[in-house]
Amino acid sequence: MKLTTKLLAATALISAGAVSTAANAVELEVTHWWTSGGEAAAVAELAKAFDASGDTWVDGAIAGGGDVARPIMVSRILGGDPMGAFQFNHGRQAEELIEAGVLQDLTSVAEAGNWREIIRPISLLDACTVDGKVYCAPVNIHSWQWMWLSNKAFADAGVPVPTNWDEFVAAAPALEAAGKIPLAMGQQSWQSSGAFGVMAVAIAGQDAYLAVNRDKDEAVAAGPEYAKVFEAAANARAMAANSNVQDWNQATNLVITGAAGGQIMGDWAQGEFAVAGQTAGVDYTCLPGLGVNKILDTGGDAFYFPVNSDPEITAAQLRLAALLVSPEVQVAFNLKKGSLPIRADVDLNAANDCMKQGLAILDSGAILPSGTQLLSPDTATQINDLMVEFWNDPAITAGDAQARYAAIIAAAD
Amino acid sequence: MAVVDQSAAPVSAERSAARARKPNKLFRNLTAKIAMIPLVFVSVGVFVGFTIWTIVYSFTSSKLLPKLNFVGFEQYTRLWADRRWLQSIENLAIFGFFSLILTLVVGFTLAALLDRKIRGEDVFRTIILYPFALSFIVTGLVWQWILNPQFGIQHIVQSLGWTSFQFDPLNNPDIVLYGILIAGIWQGTGLIMCIMLAGLRGIDDDIWKAAKVDGIGTLKTYLRIIIPMMRPVFITSLVLIAAGIIKVYDLVVAQTSGGPGLASQMPAMYVYDYMFGGQNLGQGFAASTMMLVTVAIILIPWAYLEFGGKKRG
Repeated sequence: MKLTTKLLAATALISAGAVSTAANAVELEVTHWWTSGGEAAAVAELAKAFDASGDTWVDGAIAGGGDVARPIMVSRILGGDPMGAFQFNHGRQAEELIEAGVLQDLTSVAEAGNWREIIRPISLLDACTVDGKVYCAPVNIHSWQWMWLSNKAFADAGVPVPTNWDEFVAAAPALEAAGKIPLAMGQQSWQSSGAFGVMAVAIAGQDAYLAVNRDKDEAVAAGPEYAKVFEAAANARAMAANSNVQDWNQATNLVITGAAGGQIMGDWAQGEFAVAGQTAGVDYTCLPGLGVNKILDTGGDAFYFPVNSDPEITAAQLRLAALLVSPEVQVAFNLKKGSLPIRADVDLNAANDCMKQGLAILDSGAILPSGTQLLSPDTATQINDLMVEFWNDPAITAGDAQARYAAIIAAAD
Repeated sequence: MAVVDQSAAPVSAERSAARARKPNKLFRNLTAKIAMIPLVFVSVGVFVGFTIWTIVYSFTSSKLLPKLNFVGFEQYTRLWADRRWLQSIENLAIFGFFSLILTLVVGFTLAALLDRKIRGEDVFRTIILYPFALSFIVTGLVWQWILNPQFGIQHIVQSLGWTSFQFDPLNNPDIVLYGILIAGIWQGTGLIMCIMLAGLRGIDDDIWKAAKVDGIGTLKTYLRIIIPMMRPVFITSLVLIAAGIIKVYDLVVAQTSGGPGLASQMPAMYVYDYMFGGQNLGQGFAASTMMLVTVAIILIPWAYLEFGGKKRG
């Protein structure tokens, strides 16, 4: 009898305790697809900051990348079991969810935090804004327009490290003679398509790129500027012919070990060099915009917050949104992630050479909206299909590929 | 009275029989029928209902969310103009043809060999069936390593002294399908062998004795007597293999993720990529409807021959 009373009392105490903590701190489940080493460390910074502010971060990582995670997140939101917050690439991926009215309006937080003044570039906030209302909190900037070169490979081949794409093309025969693969390329479709996009910005120029990707102008896509891009891509295809790897980090590894001369890949490749203990400028060289057109696109990640019926959770969602944009969190998170912060007024002295080059370009305003902001996922998938076929099948001529590319742009929504 | 009785008796008997028969039809085995109701609802709802839903929405322009704005055959026009889809169909046809024939031939041969009352049959059966216990993802990854030129077969043969030996199917668009085929057959033959072995064990010893008495050779006995007797077993194997071929997805994803280029793309990957990656449900539904139609084109004539014929005969 005594034992039962004691147990009852204990239960009552525990549940009372649980209730009282729940009143102060809200558990917020956050789903994302950041599962690699550097990414997980960056997320831990976010969780630490959120926990320190009194709430509890419940981590809901989904392994397998965005293509695996996005359908899971969408089906949970639509199925009536929304998480507290979720990561997407800002841009057109969440378009329909916003239209369907299942995402939380963050305008009040954005106005209180003066987001319109501090977020740089402002296109990041515009990508979150629909009909004047803000629906997402951007957390970082990633750009595609980088080329990574192995200093060792060029030393072995006896040629100086190139400073732009044309020099790289000229050095390719020497690399081949030294038994190197000139250009490392993974064989997944998004890599083929990404590398082509980078070459388009560098070779056809910003205006042609925007005319095609933003204004969907098929005449430009079929025109002479893009013909040069396809010629250059056909040339690059020959240089990458022996690069038989699948994943992007395997291709980066060819550059790290000096088996390949270079790779066209976004700034996330930097993390691989850092893990391998290499130093920018000494072991590897980075060429923003292929050394030709120093322009960066400003894609990246953002957090969205599904509408919730519980007012306490809604309040916690708004607190998290404000926290993600705050200067301290921006610095801690982006240093771990290797990406650029979304505000200019933070101090990034710890950044390496390549990151500093990126920041300088960002400050100079030479920026582009990213592919995920311009093209719908449907169009992007079609371009991926075309590009992966083009990069792997030498039988497709540059002209054929360009005609098919123009047709996709003409039909794009 | 007696006359009336005699004429009335059959009538009333008939009536009472009719009264008894009517409820009989509906309520006979009532418990069993009630027990069946959930199954009927589930199969009608899940299999038929969702299939119809998918087909209806394949005529809409649904993107991320299903919406009922009809666009006619637009999704199908786009589908059949898409190079990747056409290549996928061609790949599936090649893969399916070889996979079907080789799995049946290898499976039956292994079963026949095991059936010759050999020593250590249990050991061999276990070894051959073992790959079936692995998922396609694991199978795909294992074979990706085995076929990898730097670590796998090519490397081993070259280090044995034959330095000009080249075997790199996964990176060669012309033969990549055969690289996948090897892995598929390695995984799938075990099960088919077991089914065939069960079929062989079901054949009466007297048949063998009779064949021996008539002086028919072993090979001829298999081809002319045993295989025709195993028709139901072959049909079962055929359906199992065919279903596996149509839905092949994870094996390819793990081994090559459709590459190099589009050389090993499969229809199921197209469906998944457009439904989820491309956020274009309409296109994905159109592609999956075409997969259903393909299966129906193969299955309906077969089902008609197999089950429709029996009623007449």
